[in-house]
Amino acid sequence: MLNRLFTDQLQLGLAQSAVAALLVFVVVLLGRWRKVHLEREVAIALVRGLVQIIAVGSVLVVLLRGPQWTGAFLLAAMILAAGAISTKRAKGIPGSLLVSTCSIACGSGSVIAIMTWLGVIDTAITSLIPVGSMLIANAMNTNGLALNRFRSDVLAHVGEIETALALGASSKQSIAPYVQASFETSLIPAIDSLRSLGIVWIPGLMAGMLLSGSRPIYAAIYQFVVIAMIFASSSLTSLVSTMLISSHVFTSADQLLLRPGNGEIGTQAKKA
Amino acid sequence: MPEKSIVLRTDLLSRSIQNRKLVDDITVEVRAGEVLAVVGSSGSGKSSFLRLLNRLDEPSSGTVFLEDIDYRTIPPCELRRKVGMVTQRAFLFPGTVYENLQFGPKQRGEELSENLAQELLDGVGLSSYLMRDVTHLSGGEAQRISIARALANTPSVLLLDEPTSALDDESKSGVEGLLHDIIRKRRLTCVMVTHDVAQAARMATHVMMLADGRVIKEGTVKEVLHA
Ligand SMILES: Nc1ncnc2c1ncn2[C@@H]1O[C@H](COP(=O)(O)OP(=O)(O)OP(=O)(O)O)[C@@H](O)[C@H]1O
Ligand SMILES: [Mg+2]
Repeated sequence: MLNRLFTDQLQLGLAQSAVAALLVFVVVLLGRWRKVHLEREVAIALVRGLVQIIAVGSVLVVLLRGPQWTGAFLLAAMILAAGAISTKRAKGIPGSLLVSTCSIACGSGSVIAIMTWLGVIDTAITSLIPVGSMLIANAMNTNGLALNRFRSDVLAHVGEIETALALGASSKQSIAPYVQASFETSLIPAIDSLRSLGIVWIPGLMAGMLLSGSRPIYAAIYQFVVIAMIFASSSLTSLVSTMLISSHVFTSADQLLLRPGNGEIGTQAKKA
Repeated sequence: MPEKSIVLRTDLLSRSIQNRKLVDDITVEVRAGEVLAVVGSSGSGKSSFLRLLNRLDEPSSGTVFLEDIDYRTIPPCELRRKVGMVTQRAFLFPGTVYENLQFGPKQRGEELSENLAQELLDGVGLSSYLMRDVTHLSGGEAQRISIARALANTPSVLLLDEPTSALDDESKSGVEGLLHDIIRKRRLTCVMVTHDVAQAARMATHVMMLADGRVIKEGTVKEVLHA
């Protein structure tokens, strides 16, 4: 329908995003009817997302013709942004920005570096950026899930954690069950996409490769490669972030900092 | 009679949060085998004071001496083994009763033998519970297990935060009697928070009364409660 109304591709794109935004708006209204208020957050996220992707799209057009090092530069910028975004899931945990950024850098950065070096990811910016950004985006989601679960688990088990401390457990031992649970929970989406590969979703990259004329079977295999890399980088990210974040909720004297009420943070001994 | 040694001594111990003093310059001594009851109305800072004694919270100023050693020089794990704690509500870890009793010793790489665990359970009147799962224990049973679990660490000081206030009347007197026996038998030095003055009179040797985080009366049970 729309493609008959608009012949210019840019106009078509804008019309399509208007329709997509309208759809989101309807869903938000439905939520409002169930007393879930997301209007503000969703509206801001929508506008922000659109502006960002258009801006980046325009920059990409220029950069794709640029020298090799711009790829690494772009990926680093993406990692920083991903860290800043997913740290919001650890509200009230001091140092969570550093933890998020380090974990995502460690998880996705190492996979991108090794796989590029091995030739699994092509060094051409046109393939490095899309594949790399997928790894980073998924690492970001996993990190957000892990931190969110960790935070709520700790807040819900203050009694158990302090009981363990009072029995002489170290801070690490006292939250081990919650660290493990947040790690496992955060991996559910990555595991499910590996499981449902090709059945529930035929992801974008494969579609793109088919459109651009790759052999279908190679496109399919490469899609598996990407999902496997996503899984590896996400798990690595979550492993690092749950490990790092757990030391941020205690003082140097093994006192729990993250508690319900008063902004979640009590006043305890200064961190060493 | 020679004076017993001082086991626990607080020195101008304070804790403030957002410019509010929850615990205000408390100086008190507890000698070996004494039971100090901390009484006072709700919100007077009893729990806040107790949590400073095993350093679950950090004092804003002042400190605690454990057998004349400043407790900030003792590693927290070691301090908390020596100064055990039982809270109002028992938080048992998922698993069996035996696993719960093993928790403390295990943290130091020690094994609590089945015999010792059985002895602890006999001591709290739950002899047949060793291999039970903790899921379906009653409130009173859970509290008894948490007492046995604290004792498995062989603490020299025991902190009790209203250990019977969450229990119904029947298990209340049972748990109180049990604690009374254990404290005497093991010659434990004890600091016990309670809002029940009659309970303090039954169990304690000394009483400290708090209001707004400050000591308003302190002395033997006779001096404070029967004056
Ligand atoms: N983390 C905290 N942040 C702010 N205020 C706190 C905090 N912990 C305790 N308080 C306040 O400190 C005061 C003393 O609390 P505390 O729990 O020590 O009282 P309590 O004497 O044990 O009372 P109760 O008999 O009801 O248990 C209360 O007014 C409480 O609201
Ligand atoms: Mg209290």
